[in-house]
Amino acid sequence: MAGLTKTNPTPPRWLLAELTYACPLQCPYCANPIDYAKYQTELDTEDWKRVLTQARKMGAVQLGFSGGEPLTRKDLTELVKHARDLGYYSNLITSGYGLTEEKIIQLKEAGLDHIQVSIQASTQELNDHIAGTTSFQHKKEVARLVKKHGYPMVLCVVIHRENIHQMAQILEMAEELGADYLELANTQYYGWAHANRDLLLPTKEQFEQAEQIAQAYKEKVAGKMKIYYVVPDFYEDRPKACMNGWGTTFLTIAPDGVALPCHSARELPGLDCPNVNDYSIEEIWNESKAFNFFRGLEWMKEPCRSCDEKEKDFGGCRCQAYLLTGDMYNADPVCSKSPDHAVIRQAIDSAAKNALSADAKPLIFRNSKNSRLLS
Amino acid sequence: MSINPDKSIKFSPMHRLQWEEAQQKHVILYPEGMVELNQSSAEILKLCDGSRNLAQIVSELELKFVTEGLTDDITAFLEVALQNGWINQN
Repeated sequence: MAGLTKTNPTPPRWLLAELTYACPLQCPYCANPIDYAKYQTELDTEDWKRVLTQARKMGAVQLGFSGGEPLTRKDLTELVKHARDLGYYSNLITSGYGLTEEKIIQLKEAGLDHIQVSIQASTQELNDHIAGTTSFQHKKEVARLVKKHGYPMVLCVVIHRENIHQMAQILEMAEELGADYLELANTQYYGWAHANRDLLLPTKEQFEQAEQIAQAYKEKVAGKMKIYYVVPDFYEDRPKACMNGWGTTFLTIAPDGVALPCHSARELPGLDCPNVNDYSIEEIWNESKAFNFFRGLEWMKEPCRSCDEKEKDFGGCRCQAYLLTGDMYNADPVCSKSPDHAVIRQAIDSAAKNALSADAKPLIFRNSKNSRLLS
Repeated sequence: MSINPDKSIKFSPMHRLQWEEAQQKHVILYPEGMVELNQSSAEILKLCDGSRNLAQIVSELELKFVTEGLTDDITAFLEVALQNGWINQN
């Protein structure tokens, strides 16, 4: 049974530090929880330093400063410096909003390794619509400055029905900006993206066309720009090996100090996710109920339990199983072996129907007002 | 892409090579990724500081490990490293 079988856990390697839920953007596919507005407290500088020190001691080495918009934290440079002193390889995951050349230089001097800038589309009109903020020109300027100051430049574009037709232009824009890495992240339908799924999920034809364009471009820019293509799991027949297995590699710390095995796990019932204010990272990682909940394979039900692929994909994503079937122990319904697989087809049909409908529902933008309304 | 024997070899400024105490091994770090290195790969890369060419790296390692005939193995590894962008030659 979940939580009772303690395997010998491997230490964390990746730490995602969600410094804040505050964000000037309103992207309707935001990965933050829908009810983020009710979590008002934020860890202070000393708390974050302690968390970074403890996780590094266990073996965490890749570090993402995320949010929300991490630039809204006044102590960002101080935390970056602390991370560098500890030997982390650190990444600022930012919208670019509010990022100046002065700050880029200051962060470089503090030891930041790379900056990942998000852009929402290849045109100003669509970018600013999706972001809910005028930001396109500034983002492009930030991308150039990141490059100018010698950081590896990672451009991240989340792909969905509103921008998937721009795939070719997005690739050209990334090349023109000199991106070293381009992350084309097909939307994963959790949190806000789940709430907006009928408006964001593209058709299979759209996916296939866009993927073809991206794959062809990959060869064209080989050796110059590395393209990470995050697959749209709704069109796969096997689930993703979510988080490389629960509690094996990834550790997320939410703004209020809650430690999560993945950034969506906050929405799962009954995990009692521990807070870094109460426990050390070592206690959390090795001993807590939440981190042991889906470790190993003992918790599985059929069809996963007897499946010969269970060690490859670990039954897929627990959050997706919960969101789409109501039971977090079920197989990820993306899997064609899942008895609930029909819910994926229904979601695709529902989105297609909404796309054709004359009175399509509007996007729900990610902001505190909508967060309070929906939770 | 292959190694130019006349040019010096330098570890890429877009990557970081470091010793990981918890893993007891050297790793290469880069955006969204990490490569774990065995001891010989790490020894080769540590000499890629822009001051040595292929032959100099080979002779230095042969001296250090009191052995001969490392040219083929080191060349093969450096070509992989070059293709992965871990090293460059200018």
